[in-house]
Amino acid sequence: MEKVLMKGNEALAEAAMRAGCKCFFGYPITPQTEISAYLAKNMAKRGGVFLQAESEVAAINMVLGAASAGVRAMTSSSSPGISLKSEGVSYIAASDLPCVIVNVQRGGPGLGGIQPSQSDYFQATKALGHGDFQMIVYVPASVQETIDMTYLAFNMADKFRTPVMILSDGLLGQMMEPVVFPTVDVQIPDKPWACCGHENKRSHNIINSLYLQPDILEKSVNERYERYEIIKQTCPMAESDFCEDAEIVVAAFGASARVAKSAVNAARAKGIKAGLFRPQTLVPFPVEQLNKACEKAKVVLSVEMNKGQMVEDLRLALNCRLPVEFFGRHGGIIPSVREVLGQIEQIHERIK
Amino acid sequence: MLTEIIISGFGGQGALFAGKCLAYSAMMKDVEISWLPSYGPEMRGGTANCSVCLSDEPIGSPLVTEPDILIAMNDPSVDKFINSVKSGGMVFVDSSLATSKITRKDIEVFRLSASQLAEEKKLGGMGNIVLLGKAIKECGKMLFGIDAKTLQETFAKIIPAKRAALIEKNSAALALGANI
Repeated sequence: MEKVLMKGNEALAEAAMRAGCKCFFGYPITPQTEISAYLAKNMAKRGGVFLQAESEVAAINMVLGAASAGVRAMTSSSSPGISLKSEGVSYIAASDLPCVIVNVQRGGPGLGGIQPSQSDYFQATKALGHGDFQMIVYVPASVQETIDMTYLAFNMADKFRTPVMILSDGLLGQMMEPVVFPTVDVQIPDKPWACCGHENKRSHNIINSLYLQPDILEKSVNERYERYEIIKQTCPMAESDFCEDAEIVVAAFGASARVAKSAVNAARAKGIKAGLFRPQTLVPFPVEQLNKACEKAKVVLSVEMNKGQMVEDLRLALNCRLPVEFFGRHGGIIPSVREVLGQIEQIHERIK
Repeated sequence: MLTEIIISGFGGQGALFAGKCLAYSAMMKDVEISWLPSYGPEMRGGTANCSVCLSDEPIGSPLVTEPDILIAMNDPSVDKFINSVKSGGMVFVDSSLATSKITRKDIEVFRLSASQLAEEKKLGGMGNIVLLGKAIKECGKMLFGIDAKTLQETFAKIIPAKRAALIEKNSAALALGANI
């Protein structure tokens, strides 16, 4: 298979088409726009629909419509635009519709900046909309992984009838790396629930998120949570580097994991027992994998491009049995390897 | 081995393109690479730069903060990055546009009037490739043996057929730099 050099955003768009995405609805925003641009150029040629909606709100509701018809659909945006989509995401979750939502994060809050950030962790993992619902969240850390997770996102969305988020950021979206597109036979499962024309052969389907009877609403939420339980058991993913004997486990996801990896390598070169734990899914959080990676750990250091939003999940996953410290830069600043290494060295001095 | 490179200049000088050529060439040689552009308002009139990492191992941070090689095509680029170059690093400056004084003695500085030379050979706007030519001549090993031939193949691959004339021109600009 041939290697190609591609930007994260373009690779994601190409992977979506190859994964059978037939409808894309979006609205431009930096640093995500290459996804739209790539799909605008290519989607129609390959039998799909690209539509630049009049707003983010319109785009997410178009996704709701396409997904209702049983079509693989996607939307993408960056932080402020994702906030606008939140009502629609809740409706999609409540309607048990599969779709993929991409957030190429930039600095916030508010309009914030346009440089890379990871400050939408809470939004993605805790509440991308009102009501009791969850959403699988994949966090790639390379362009290749962006591709692999795009396929996975569509498959899991269909399998569990749930929206799935790919949480990228400005750095991963803009950078180019060599990638290989896997040859996969895309299998889209039957969707007997879809509203795609009953041709008088079956009773009509209804896609709905309004339940005025509390007992029926409760039942529908409970059914969804049974699916979430299966997701929790089967979907967590994480990668560990040098964790077998690590006294300091650096936990980082996405772009900051790239910086942390270099810092951990540099620390190892200095004889410090440091390891890297990198969640690949934030929901479900890889609890078991983290505990395994921290078997020899004395301290966990969370490195993020925000004010420390993953720290709580780490503490919960570890049941507070280890101190979880934090280092981060935000507002669009990418922490440097030197800064992270400095933090590791400080901790090393303290615990030795 | 990890080689970290920053290529920087005004928006429009081709800093990002030169970086892409280097990255693509490295990919053809099966070297691990990453290319990260600056993006945002600075691209329109201010400085545009890109970080390129070449390595024989998977690359961690794609953001270069302490380059081994700096290619600077204007004064703001020299001012911004000169102090971050690693000791022993190599710096290539387009002296027809950048005149800032460089006082560091622990780095090797090559000054060539790349834009002007390109202009004289009717290769206007290709100062970036002239500098790249010089860089591959001087940094052969650090650049994993990427040579003029690799870059010529790269030009043929990444320049679209409808602009084929630019393949020749870029190759000429590259040779111009490599022969200085």
